[in-house]
Amino acid sequence: MIDSLGAPQTLFLLGGTSDIALAIARAYARHAPLRVVLAARHTSRRDEAVRSLQALGCAVEALDFDARATQTHADVVTAAANGGDLDISVVAYGVLGDPEQAWTDVPSGVELAEVNYVGPVATGIALGAQIREQGHGVVVALSSVAGERPRRSNFVYGSTKAGFDAFYTGLGEALRGLGGRVLVVRPGFVRSKMTDGLRPAPLAATPDQVAQAVVDAVASGAEQVWVPRTLRAVMSGLRHLPRPVFRRLPI
Amino acid sequence: MTEHPGCGPRRLSGWGRTAPSTAYVREVRDPADIVAAVRGADRRGVLARGLGRSYGDAAQNAGGLVLDMTTLAQVHHVDAATGLVEVDAGVSLDTLMRVLLPFGLWVPVLPGTRQVSVGGAVAADVHGKNHHVAGSFGSHVRSLELVTADGTLHRVDPEHPLFWATVGGMGLTGVIVRATIACRRVESAFLLVDTERAGDLEDLMARLSADDAAYPYSVSWFDSIATGRRLGRAVITRGRNALLEELPPALAARPLDMGARRRATLPAVFPPGLVNRASGRIFNELWFRAAPRLRRGEVQDVTRFFHPLDVVGSWNHVYGPRGLCQYQFVVPFGAEDALREAVGLIASSGHVSCLNVLKRFGPGNAGLLSFPTPGWTLAVDLPVRPGLDRLFAALDALVLEAGGRLYLAKDSRASAGTVARMYPRLEEFRAARARVDPAGVFVSDLARRLSLTDAPIL
Ligand SMILES: Cc1cc2nc3c(=O)[nH]c(=O)nc-3n(C[C@H](O)[C@H](O)[C@H](O)COP(=O)(O)OP(=O)(O)OC[C@H]3O[C@@H](n4cnc5c(N)ncnc54)[C@H](O)[C@@H]3O)c2cc1C
Ligand SMILES: NC(=O)c1ccc[n+]([C@@H]2O[C@H](COP(=O)([O-])OP(=O)(O)OC[C@H]3O[C@@H](n4cnc5c(N)ncnc54)[C@H](OP(=O)(O)O)[C@@H]3O)[C@@H](O)[C@H]2O)c1
Repeated sequence: MIDSLGAPQTLFLLGGTSDIALAIARAYARHAPLRVVLAARHTSRRDEAVRSLQALGCAVEALDFDARATQTHADVVTAAANGGDLDISVVAYGVLGDPEQAWTDVPSGVELAEVNYVGPVATGIALGAQIREQGHGVVVALSSVAGERPRRSNFVYGSTKAGFDAFYTGLGEALRGLGGRVLVVRPGFVRSKMTDGLRPAPLAATPDQVAQAVVDAVASGAEQVWVPRTLRAVMSGLRHLPRPVFRRLPI
Repeated sequence: MTEHPGCGPRRLSGWGRTAPSTAYVREVRDPADIVAAVRGADRRGVLARGLGRSYGDAAQNAGGLVLDMTTLAQVHHVDAATGLVEVDAGVSLDTLMRVLLPFGLWVPVLPGTRQVSVGGAVAADVHGKNHHVAGSFGSHVRSLELVTADGTLHRVDPEHPLFWATVGGMGLTGVIVRATIACRRVESAFLLVDTERAGDLEDLMARLSADDAAYPYSVSWFDSIATGRRLGRAVITRGRNALLEELPPALAARPLDMGARRRATLPAVFPPGLVNRASGRIFNELWFRAAPRLRRGEVQDVTRFFHPLDVVGSWNHVYGPRGLCQYQFVVPFGAEDALREAVGLIASSGHVSCLNVLKRFGPGNAGLLSFPTPGWTLAVDLPVRPGLDRLFAALDALVLEAGGRLYLAKDSRASAGTVARMYPRLEEFRAARARVDPAGVFVSDLARRLSLTDAPIL
């Protein structure tokens, strides 16, 4: 159960090797004893993630999970819930891809669509079923400001995040009254392995900053949060720029 | 959540309005409804709920079935000669008091609100201002009728092991259907009250220790904000039931009249932060100053002495949508240093409490998870605000170190490990519960959070 101050007993990370997801686990592990279930492809990176959380005193379970094998998602969620209710589930997997390849090469574009949108729909449906069964539960959905107004430079990624964002926002509405809550998180540029080697955009954040924003938002009952918070106003402005102007922005 | 015919999903929370969850709620009209619910239980289980006055998640069962017991609320039998009273679990202590007073009978233990059910009073083994002389509610119960996990009805008395697992057992051993309670005779519904102020915590502890025994009812409110020389300054109110001959003529004409029902309700929506550091400071200051330095033998009615908060219906809403946490602990006599340190931590924390109670407990009873043990009990009400977890963690450490414990009916945030160390008989409780409910039919959010029925994984 999640307690009155927002601390969970069980944290379920889908995309259990994501830098942001692991930062969220570390942030919660600081407060109280924590059971963490990592769903991720079985790689040495996952083994390392398991060890790092165990070193913090967490009870860790790892489950094999491939975002593109959508027919397996429900079983993964059920397996995660075997050891106790899923108090907070973080949908963290995603790929950035090569933006030019993504809009010119079918397999590349489709991979983004499948990992960033189709997979999350399957995951969200499975989490929704689990939450209805439990009568409680929070989903933390890692969206992106890139989905708010897709731009030329990475519009395939942006389009997948736009779909992701709409789906999880809607899931939050559907689960209201059934005990569930969805927190949609919209970071800007985050320095993680996903953006390794890229030039940081203005207002860049760290995974730990995203994690702290998530912990605060879960505790306060918020349904959406931008990281950093100023991005909310920035994006609101960008959304309303005329296209010729938006097109010329150096972003 | 599996569908349950005849009832829809409802969001439930405790009095603190934190961490709500959704369950199917079914009104109980007849003991047969309970039997049917228990026999049809699914993986998410069943839980009885009274008037929802526990602060945290004790009366919630996420995804499962919750039995609303307030619709099973008959007073079956009152024996004015012996004082034995047989009532349904859903009867409120308010109703019970109103029914009993014309017989000259008095509910033996009254918590800080009368809006609690008999079932809730047994399940939390509630205490009142008279704990130091009379013990807790369970000590006045002569028998319980209870539907257990196999769907059968049992009548258990204090000789039966299930009795002391159920008293304080937070609804996890079965559904209490009826209770027989031993009530006390009184000549009037009025109290003779002595009020005095204490200048600081040392003075307060000294006064309470000196002559608590002289009063059947004793409690103190302390200022939770004053620091330094005024740390723990307090108002002590103590009293006893007035005898007929002690009442002024106007009251002597209606000695057993306890006055009208609750007078005001607050609107449901309040802005967050209405109780903040500024308003809380003012409240604490005014409350201390409003009290007389010393006044003896004042006649007060039940509500004024026991339940001033009941006058305002939903006062918990003034804490805003994030809700409040109540923190109540007891530390043994001899652990006064821990108490001092706790009061100091609260006062200097920046978190504001207005309802701050300090009282001495007498001996505990045989309830396996019953809260009261001999010592000092302190309670504060704190609105949820960032950093509250750190204050509570520091207080937990103090309480644990001192050999004390937290009150499960008020808790909403402790960890399973902490509570296990505070309740040495928890293992015994788990074993008793495993015998009577091997499949785990009875379950609550509190039980899941604190692993009350199974050993925790961490
Ligand atoms: C303003 C205020 C002041 C308070 N002051 C005090 C005080 O001075 N002393 C004190 O001890 N407590 C105090 N309390 C706490 C309160 O007395 C307890 O939480 C009590 O259990 C509430 O009873 P309820 O009927 O509301 O039960 P609920 O809150 O509905 O349920 C509490 C527990 O009892 C179980 N339960 C309820 N009915 C049954 C049943 N029929 N069979 C089996 N289990 C059942 C539930 O499953 C749950 O675990 C106070 C609470 C408030 C809001
Ligand atoms: N970094 C940013 O700037 C930024 C900004 C806004 C939003 N976000 C979003 O935040 C989330 C987390 O990102 P991050 O920064 O933590 O990046 P990250 O460290 O790269 O994490 C992404 C994870 O997704 C997993 N993944 C990729 N494809 C998968 C597949 N087919 N099946 C299973 N898992 C797969 C990867 O796991 P493997 O270990 O198996 O490869 C990887 O650990 C992503 O959804 C991202 O889009 C990031």
